[in-house]
Amino acid sequence: MNDSRHGILALGSYLPHGRLPRTVVQAANAWFAPTRKAGPGERRSFCNWDEDALTMAVEAGRACLNANPNVGPEAELAQRIDQLTLASTSLPFADRSNAGVVREALDLSTAAEVTDTGGSMRAGSTALKAALGTGGRGDHLVLASDCIDAKPASAQELQFGHGAAAMLIGKGQAIASLVGTAGLQQDFVDHYRASGERFEYALEPRWARDAGYRQQVVETAQEALRSAGLEADKVTRLSISAPGGLSQSTAKQLAAQLSIASPDTALERRAGFCGAAQPLLALTEALEAAGKDEVIALVCLGQGVDVLIFKVHRAPDTAGLSSALDSGVDEDNYTRYLALRGLLPLETGIRAERDNRTALSAFWRKHEAITGFKGGLCSACGTLQFPPTKLCVSCAAEDTQTLKRMAEMTGRVRSFTEDWLAYTPKPPLVFGNVGFEDGANVMMEFTDVEAGQLEVGLPVRMRFRIKDTDERRGFRRYFWKPAPMRAC
Amino acid sequence: MPEGIRDKVVILGMGCSRFGERWESGPEELMLEAFGEAVVDAGIGKDDIDAAWLGVFFQEQSTGKSGLPLSQALRLPNIPVTRVENLCATGTEALRGATYAVASGAADIALAMGVEKLKDTGFGGLPERTKGTTEDLWLPNSTAPGSFAQLASAYSAVHRRDMQDLKRAMAHVSVKSHRNALDNPKAHLRRAISEDDVLNAATVAYPLGVLDCCGVSDGAACAIVCTPDVARGLGRTDAVAIKALQLAPSNGVELGNDAWDGGHTLTTRIAAERAYREAGIADPRAELDLMEVHDCFSVTELVLMEDLGVSEEGRAIDDVLDGRYDHDGAIPCQIDGGLKCFGHPIGASGLRMAYEIYLQLLGRAGGRQLESPSVGLAQNLGGVPNRNVASVAIYGLKDTTR
Repeated sequence: MNDSRHGILALGSYLPHGRLPRTVVQAANAWFAPTRKAGPGERRSFCNWDEDALTMAVEAGRACLNANPNVGPEAELAQRIDQLTLASTSLPFADRSNAGVVREALDLSTAAEVTDTGGSMRAGSTALKAALGTGGRGDHLVLASDCIDAKPASAQELQFGHGAAAMLIGKGQAIASLVGTAGLQQDFVDHYRASGERFEYALEPRWARDAGYRQQVVETAQEALRSAGLEADKVTRLSISAPGGLSQSTAKQLAAQLSIASPDTALERRAGFCGAAQPLLALTEALEAAGKDEVIALVCLGQGVDVLIFKVHRAPDTAGLSSALDSGVDEDNYTRYLALRGLLPLETGIRAERDNRTALSAFWRKHEAITGFKGGLCSACGTLQFPPTKLCVSCAAEDTQTLKRMAEMTGRVRSFTEDWLAYTPKPPLVFGNVGFEDGANVMMEFTDVEAGQLEVGLPVRMRFRIKDTDERRGFRRYFWKPAPMRAC
Repeated sequence: MPEGIRDKVVILGMGCSRFGERWESGPEELMLEAFGEAVVDAGIGKDDIDAAWLGVFFQEQSTGKSGLPLSQALRLPNIPVTRVENLCATGTEALRGATYAVASGAADIALAMGVEKLKDTGFGGLPERTKGTTEDLWLPNSTAPGSFAQLASAYSAVHRRDMQDLKRAMAHVSVKSHRNALDNPKAHLRRAISEDDVLNAATVAYPLGVLDCCGVSDGAACAIVCTPDVARGLGRTDAVAIKALQLAPSNGVELGNDAWDGGHTLTTRIAAERAYREAGIADPRAELDLMEVHDCFSVTELVLMEDLGVSEEGRAIDDVLDGRYDHDGAIPCQIDGGLKCFGHPIGASGLRMAYEIYLQLLGRAGGRQLESPSVGLAQNLGGVPNRNVASVAIYGLKDTTR
């Protein structure tokens, strides 16, 4: 096709269902930190207890792969992707390919090259730049996801959000293409987090802004524009990813330098700063709003600066991020937020003492079924079953089952309960029988649901989540959980 | 169709410990309490027993593995002791082993013992356990009430019965069992409750409140069985005979296929049909005089009335509310108080049910004695609705002189 370009072919984003109004945080902590400002606006996103950077990356990836009808059926597309990069500073495993888990959950080819990358809040933008710079190879899925928790009553608690974004890079009917870029690396330590530590240590933001980023941002942006062969006045939209509450001041300052309008973005107001995912989320927000032929400057801070200049060719196929920013459910109970994030050690009782050691040899035998959520479709009688077995549950035929992915199917609640006795970090444990296509029934734990919200017959979608954590051995196992169909 | 077990084996003696929070007793004391009663009832010595079966469910947390706990507690003379486990049908499974041994001629007299010491586990309800290396990868970390609560939501949807009506009938089930237990000194929970008490109780797993759930207790029960000839030789002229002893485990259909609607227990229907055939019962509604069923939760008992064929499908709510299964109803159910008031020391429950039917058929049930019953049914549902082992046993009087 004549308008085929190398660029961003599809977008996907994911924000957790949980949103914490910043006024709730302020009110809870006013006794301790009365001068703490509410930060950038209404509310911030936060992960449920069963979410992390890895599960959010899977959801953003699924949204991306399902977003673009022009790139072909999901399965075909999934096989076409030969590179997957996962950028994050909060991945659950230091030695086990996190991107590898994501690959299997997304049902991508085992031949795909998978990479975890991190180390900086620019991990996402740097990965995106690298993918866009390698034009000519096969499709590359870039995922950026972060779930960085903050100390209660800290500034980060108000600034941060949790989220993930995905971009499919390749040749085709691109949404946008990269026309210029520049990068600057400086060991400028305005904040840091040591390996294995949970929280950031942040320095004074005014120092970071005035003595550090002010100079770096302007110079790098000018260089990027030069590389694009564009004058500053061609930039129609600024998109900023900056930690430490610096995005507004950085945007204002840069807008003034470049003589363009300072962006008014909902991302920080309604989700927060989502770490290494922020560059991709900020760009997604800009692309969802931009018109054809607009020029977007994406500016990303973090031990230096990345600037990427994009030319917009068409609107994205969905406006997933703006709809996610408008949805979600407010958590008005600050202690519940703390508990869900593991920041408040509640008395969990004897049932929480269960040993969750995973038999990894058993997991390996079943990994396609568990991580990829694949059932067995019997070729003799057409019955689908989970997990796949030697003998069909319906006709008992032997070795007749082929794997069929169930993760993208819509399920239906067949029975359920709200179990207040079982241990779960977020009582009640809601679980029940879920019906799928071709006769399959699976007993599953529901997620993102409160007591009183389920009923028999309700349609549900699958979410990739933490099933159990093994605190003793530092392992977590993942599986799929149905959640009620919602806008986001 | 094999000819089955009907009338080939009779019960020579039975014993049952007091059920409850038996902080002062371990499994040994509980087993000795039940055995002491049974061996006197049977009129034999322990040296007369040829083989024994022991039913225990929570081996690591309760009594230990193997047949040793029974052999050691009773100081048995090194006879074979086989330990069995089949979820909540464990007690019935122990009886099945002893019965088959006698019927085969391998033993003249055999012992079936079931015991569980739950109150040493530290849990309020049943102890937490893993589901095995593979199923822990995907099955929810459910509890028993949570699993059985599913019956209620599915039943209500399948039969289009309002949840409030179902809840009211479930409450009636619990009220009835508590009323019955007042007359039973061996029951754990012996206090009358009202329908409002049940409906207003704290929710354990929607829609089950705490009074929809059976108690958690320690206990043991046992049976000594022999052939009718051996019983006659010991001077017994009438005895309670085993008319049927059937077991039906799930094969995975309920867990993995939508052919099962979630509102009934498939295996009970299969085991009941086989048991009625084995016992020669054509019309259970007319022929059964009493029932002891697996009322781990009120809703379980309710749907079991349909699964056992004594209520029409979708009509158990009405029959329960009409008092059909009350102490003065057409077929009294849980006349001893049931799991509801005995609690459910898993290995013991099937034998505890048999014990009540045995007493009733022999006219030895004291203040709760029914008027000359001759056939009783005991049913267990081991596991959870979507994956279980159902047992159905039928007991009846037999004149051993003929």
